[in-house]
Amino acid sequence: MNAGNVARLLVLGLLVTFLLVPRWFAPVFAPLNQFGAPAIYDQGNLLSLALWHVATVIAAAFASALVAVVLGVFVTRPAGAQFLPLSRAMVNFGQTFPPVAVLAITVPLVGFGQVPTLIALFAYGLLPVFENTIAGLEGCPRATLDAADGMGMSAGQRLLAVELPLSLPLILEGVRLSLVINVGTATIGSTVAAKGLGEVIIAGLLSNNTAFVLQGGLVTALMAILLYDAMRLLERRWVRGSQG
Amino acid sequence: MITIERLSKRYDDAAVVDDVSMVVEPRTITTIVGTSGSGKSTLLRMVNRLVEPSSGRVLIDGEDTALERPHLLRRRIGYAIQGLGLFPHRTVAENIATVPRLLGWDGARVQARVAELLGVFGLEPATYARKYPHELSGGQQQRVGVARALAAGPNLLLMDEPFGALDPILRAKAQDDLLDIQRRFDTTIIVVTHDIDEAFKLGHRVAVMRAGRVLQHDHPARLITHPADPFVSQLIGTGERSLRLLSLLTAADAAQAGDAIEGPAVATTATLREVLAELVWRGAPAANVVDAGGTRVGNLSLHAILARGREAQ
Ligand SMILES: Nc1ncnc2c1ncn2[C@@H]1O[C@H](COP(=O)(O)OP(=O)(O)O)[C@@H](O)[C@H]1O
Ligand SMILES: [Mg+2]
Repeated sequence: MNAGNVARLLVLGLLVTFLLVPRWFAPVFAPLNQFGAPAIYDQGNLLSLALWHVATVIAAAFASALVAVVLGVFVTRPAGAQFLPLSRAMVNFGQTFPPVAVLAITVPLVGFGQVPTLIALFAYGLLPVFENTIAGLEGCPRATLDAADGMGMSAGQRLLAVELPLSLPLILEGVRLSLVINVGTATIGSTVAAKGLGEVIIAGLLSNNTAFVLQGGLVTALMAILLYDAMRLLERRWVRGSQG
Repeated sequence: MITIERLSKRYDDAAVVDDVSMVVEPRTITTIVGTSGSGKSTLLRMVNRLVEPSSGRVLIDGEDTALERPHLLRRRIGYAIQGLGLFPHRTVAENIATVPRLLGWDGARVQARVAELLGVFGLEPATYARKYPHELSGGQQQRVGVARALAAGPNLLLMDEPFGALDPILRAKAQDDLLDIQRRFDTTIIVVTHDIDEAFKLGHRVAVMRAGRVLQHDHPARLITHPADPFVSQLIGTGERSLRLLSLLTAADAAQAGDAIEGPAVATTATLREVLAELVWRGAPAANVVDAGGTRVGNLSLHAILARGREAQ
């Protein structure tokens, strides 16, 4: 087992242990609090919050990756080229528009809970995948595409067999970026009653409990690191030939 | 047979290929030679419709290529280009299998064909089939590119500066290989090149292009002895023309019957240029011509060689 795998297992082990039996870590967090305030979050199940958190992030990232890739493919085809400026503007707007504002707008429409958070994360995660998809598709070597045409691939065959595989490293990098950003961003969902680790942080802020804030932050950060790492492993497994 | 009829390609009214008509005989190599930008690639790419003609047509064995769907047409025509365009995410075997797979061959047939071609191109299947292109040398990549173009056994092979990236030694080897391949598979081949030496070495017919027009399309010897245009003579080079002519003929073509003589032995396949060089080097007036089995087939004198390197024949 190499050093990378050891570190990976240690971080994962630490996170899982903390989520399963948080009270073991009470001595670590106790010094942060005064007047006998609880050192470990006690208003809900940490494990369940963490699972909701990661599920929300992955669902949103999956949806935005799917839409961004389809859109990126469309605007790089001759038929869709005229929609590139419009699509780019929309996707950029999705990222520059603050997620908090997205929540404020969507709650009256869809109510409180997981859904407004999913929408906010979806909009926020489009840009990296969209731009990387376009960069990947436009970066395919001219000679390779010429050969694909010359061999007699149809436009669809060329896309599936050559262009997307060659763009895969960049596309996956975009997905990784949007995943990691959204692990952090998702904490704001708790302001609209979405289940997630934001709850722990907000509870800490409301009751002046530094230990809660730190717990919520640390668990979120560890999940971001592990997701980042998992995506890297996936990339290495999926990317073939000289691209890796 | 490939019939090109009054073929033109215009971009914004500039004719890049200008009213070209020519016939390519089956089972021959035709080279298209000219300076950069003369329209060679565009002409070649109109044959498999990677470029759509502005006017004119291309017939393959009498059938108008415009009537077939382009990607289906291209599966019948081999295509190899400079820079190769090998798929970097696919193994050597997968690259070679591209067209057979598009044609829906079954797995066993594809595998057998890939192994056969790797053998033909001197790439041991056990070693090379599973390698990725970036793990090969330039010369090996080039052979994979040609093997891929030949994979489905096309009657017609189009090559656009296929040896452009090779150093001189590998290039000469690749040219010899191509001549062997052409004889072995009886393929009709059209090769675009900007190298006049390559055009003469490979071409049964040579077409000289300039500014979108084919100035002359003929046997290489005719280009030398009867250039149709001053540009053709200029491209061939007057200082080289006698020697070029000699390099188009072999010892077998010029050998004369007679008894064994004092002098070096040369192979029937040696060009007259090579025999001449040998005789000059040895200071001998004549050579014995010997076939591959070692049997003497005749003599070749300096005088007979010189007679072949002249305009009037
Ligand atoms: N798609 C295109 N649009 C405009 N001009 C082109 C295009 N393709 C080729 N040309 C022009 O046509 C001329 C001939 O090109 P090409 O056939 O590639 O020449 P060659 O292969 O002999 O070097 C060049 O001047 C080139 O700039
Ligand atoms: Mg060219």
